Amino acid sequence: MNKMAQRADSADAIVLRAEQITKVFPGTIALDKVDFNVYAGKVNVLVGENGAGKSTLMKILAGVERATSGKLLLDGKVIDIHSPHDAAEHGIGIIYQEMNLFPNLNVTENIFMAHEKVTNGIVIDRKEQRRVTQSLLDRLEQEIDPDESVSNLRIGQQQIVEIAKALAQDVRILIMDEPTSALSASEVDVLFGVIRDLQAEGVAVIYISHKLDELLQIGNYVTVLRDGKLMAERPADEIDVSWIIEQMVGRNPASLFHYQARELGGELLRVENMSLPRLGGGFTVDHVSFTLRRGEILGIYGLMGAGRSELFESLLGLHPEGSGTVWLDGEEVKASTIRQRIQLGMTLVPEDRQREGLVQSMSVADNMVLASLKKYLNGFYLSRRKESASVDRMIDEMSVKTAGPQQLISALSGGNQQKVVVAKSLLTNPQVLLLDEPTRGIDVGAKAEIFEIMNRLAGEGYGIIFISSELKEVLAMSDRILVMSKGKITGEFSRGEAGEEALVAASAGGHGPSARRSHEGEAERPVSSFRSRSSR
Amino acid sequence: MSQAEATVSNRSRLSGAEIQQLLLRARAFIALFVLVIIFSILSPTFLTPANIVIMSKHVAINAILGIGMTFVILTGGIDLSVGSIVGLCAMIAGGLINEGIILEMFGVVVYPHVWTIMLMTLGAGLLMGAVSGLVITRFNVAPFIATLGMLYVARGLALLRSNGNTFANLVGRPELGNTGFPVLGAGNFLGINYSIWIMILFAVVAAFVTQRTPFGRQVYAIGGNERAAELSGVRVNRVKVLVYMISGFCAAMVGLIISSQLVAAHPATGTFFELNAIAAVVLGGTSLSGGRGSISGTIIGAFVIGVLTDGLIGLGVSSFWQQVIKGAVIVLAVIIDQLQARLQERAALQRQQQLA
Repeated sequence: MNKMAQRADSADAIVLRAEQITKVFPGTIALDKVDFNVYAGKVNVLVGENGAGKSTLMKILAGVERATSGKLLLDGKVIDIHSPHDAAEHGIGIIYQEMNLFPNLNVTENIFMAHEKVTNGIVIDRKEQRRVTQSLLDRLEQEIDPDESVSNLRIGQQQIVEIAKALAQDVRILIMDEPTSALSASEVDVLFGVIRDLQAEGVAVIYISHKLDELLQIGNYVTVLRDGKLMAERPADEIDVSWIIEQMVGRNPASLFHYQARELGGELLRVENMSLPRLGGGFTVDHVSFTLRRGEILGIYGLMGAGRSELFESLLGLHPEGSGTVWLDGEEVKASTIRQRIQLGMTLVPEDRQREGLVQSMSVADNMVLASLKKYLNGFYLSRRKESASVDRMIDEMSVKTAGPQQLISALSGGNQQKVVVAKSLLTNPQVLLLDEPTRGIDVGAKAEIFEIMNRLAGEGYGIIFISSELKEVLAMSDRILVMSKGKITGEFSRGEAGEEALVAASAGGHGPSARRSHEGEAERPVSSFRSRSSR
Repeated sequence: MSQAEATVSNRSRLSGAEIQQLLLRARAFIALFVLVIIFSILSPTFLTPANIVIMSKHVAINAILGIGMTFVILTGGIDLSVGSIVGLCAMIAGGLINEGIILEMFGVVVYPHVWTIMLMTLGAGLLMGAVSGLVITRFNVAPFIATLGMLYVARGLALLRSNGNTFANLVGRPELGNTGFPVLGAGNFLGINYSIWIMILFAVVAAFVTQRTPFGRQVYAIGGNERAAELSGVRVNRVKVLVYMISGFCAAMVGLIISSQLVAAHPATGTFFELNAIAAVVLGGTSLSGGRGSISGTIIGAFVIGVLTDGLIGLGVSSFWQQVIKGAVIVLAVIIDQLQARLQERAALQRQQQLA
């Protein structure tokens, strides 16, 4: 109720209002009756954890997705946005989190894509396009050649081109989804200057970022989403960082994880000098060595692009070009293929559940048994009885909520899908479990369940290594924490000595004085390079 | 499949939506049934034994090719080369019977036994498939391109084998001990032509392999999500090469059957057969993007195409119109397929929501 009061008080005009927006995806409710106000001439900040629904809400405003229910009001009038083109007609522009440029085209062509300036309605007016591009780039204080192919630009420069592209269309409302994640400090300053100019011109900016201090520096209004629901909306000068965190996370996240003290066993895994060369020189994984004991939960913390996922992939044998020695249970691992490593007892729960963990067209049962088919053989064919015995046991043990083993996997919620992926790994009879961001994008309850499973498995003597970008998770769950930065291990902490500041400091190690420069290493990668899966 | 079983067991409380789904699921079968009824009303000769025998032989050709093609398409690939491999293998078999193997250094000609010739021909089919598979996996060439290349290469080799001429009268000579080849095409067991028995055998084995073996499961997994399959320890490249070999093997079998039926091998044999095979697979509900489909569907699809073609011929519909009708039926089938996939997903979501 006090939210309503807030709105009435504020003298600022609402240019765009999203009312009771609900968006249902197969398996999840991404947005649940969310209201969102965009004030004219202000920077409207939207914050929330991963999976809170920020990007979905923005996609609805930009016409990429359509809301399941709810309405959009522009200047008080209901509008229908069916496509990005409609959104542009209404003066709504968006700069996406993921790059949406065409690497094969030059800067000018990218900026005017689908909005080409034409003479006589047919021929593209290259001269005029070039002139406008040059003036936009001047305004952004960038020395980028309008004729340069986008594939030759650094990631940061590409981000600038994205911004120029949005500016090229006369927007009244500009959505920026994490615009600074790839920018250096000086580029961020330029961007903020441009945002203030836009504000002065009356443009409403919607700004999404995970960098909380940055938000308070540039923002006028702050709206917080959590698990697809609106938590609060406040003017930025009334709040501070801790208020935002409280709204974002809700109940104290530490209450989710209860660490169980365990007896650790002997050494289970030893990794020495694991390296993975990077295209264009340097290492994605840079001579990493560590050990893991039986029953131990080893957390790996680091920033995006620190090489954590690549370390896991190298351990599993996905990168034949990598080098390093691995001892499992005292024996050197000679096997190099994924299949052989899985048979030896190593298994990976990948970071991207949809793209790497599940076969969407298959059922829950078929997904679960996929990595351990050999176990169910009767001679040369699969025994349905053996399969369903394992599947039923796993559904029960992991309390997977499914209408049945033959249910399509895509119908399950994110958390339950993740449990299926974990179950698939467990059915391979592993000794070492590699969990890459096991709690990403799943709801709070499912997170707690995943942690409980991890505790139980560690108690049973499995060795668990898990990657997380959430400080609180790593601190709460791990017996020991490794911090990675730029492919190297830059810190090792036992449970007692680890603290948030120490981890953050170590994660910026090797990055120079400013943590903001942390992404420059990644910035060297051209966008066109295949497999440039920025490891988030 | 087990969803179908579940639906059956709940027959007492079948809802409208479930009946709708059941009908959609059995659509190819229903279409086949309707076609048979229509044609038998319109044409008195349609259901005569003689006509059925001819029709089944045609169906067997498409079905055997379709079985191999189903494996390939389930992995998300495509094999355009099967028609050419049919032609090449027919020529290989024909050449071996009429000309034998000329060993110049010894100045002798070896005439292998018919059984040996058949094995050699099937081996050639496997080899052609293996080449396609290796080009696709080792050199990262799109299946469409790799098998398009194989389409031309195999057809060219077929023409080269005899300089474009036909190997006629493939009966062998008693004194050379290589007689008996026409039996494959003309012979019957229990009154049913061998080609139909071969189709049944291939279909049963293939259905078992896809449904009940790790290999089959891996084929589906690769088509559904190749990356997830790889990370689960599936040897993706190996499985992919194998599916093209299976397709090549089926094509070689068809090459043998056709040349045996005609008692002659012509280098243009099998032209455009790949399109009929793909049509049979798609009509049977297998998704061209991979991961969804079945052998039984493909068999029904092959019957639909066979019945449609022969039925229209029997009615005296012009061959030009036949093509128009066939094309429309294939597209219509895929449209219905999309509809069914959407309904199925919605039903799965509903079941899940009832649970929550």
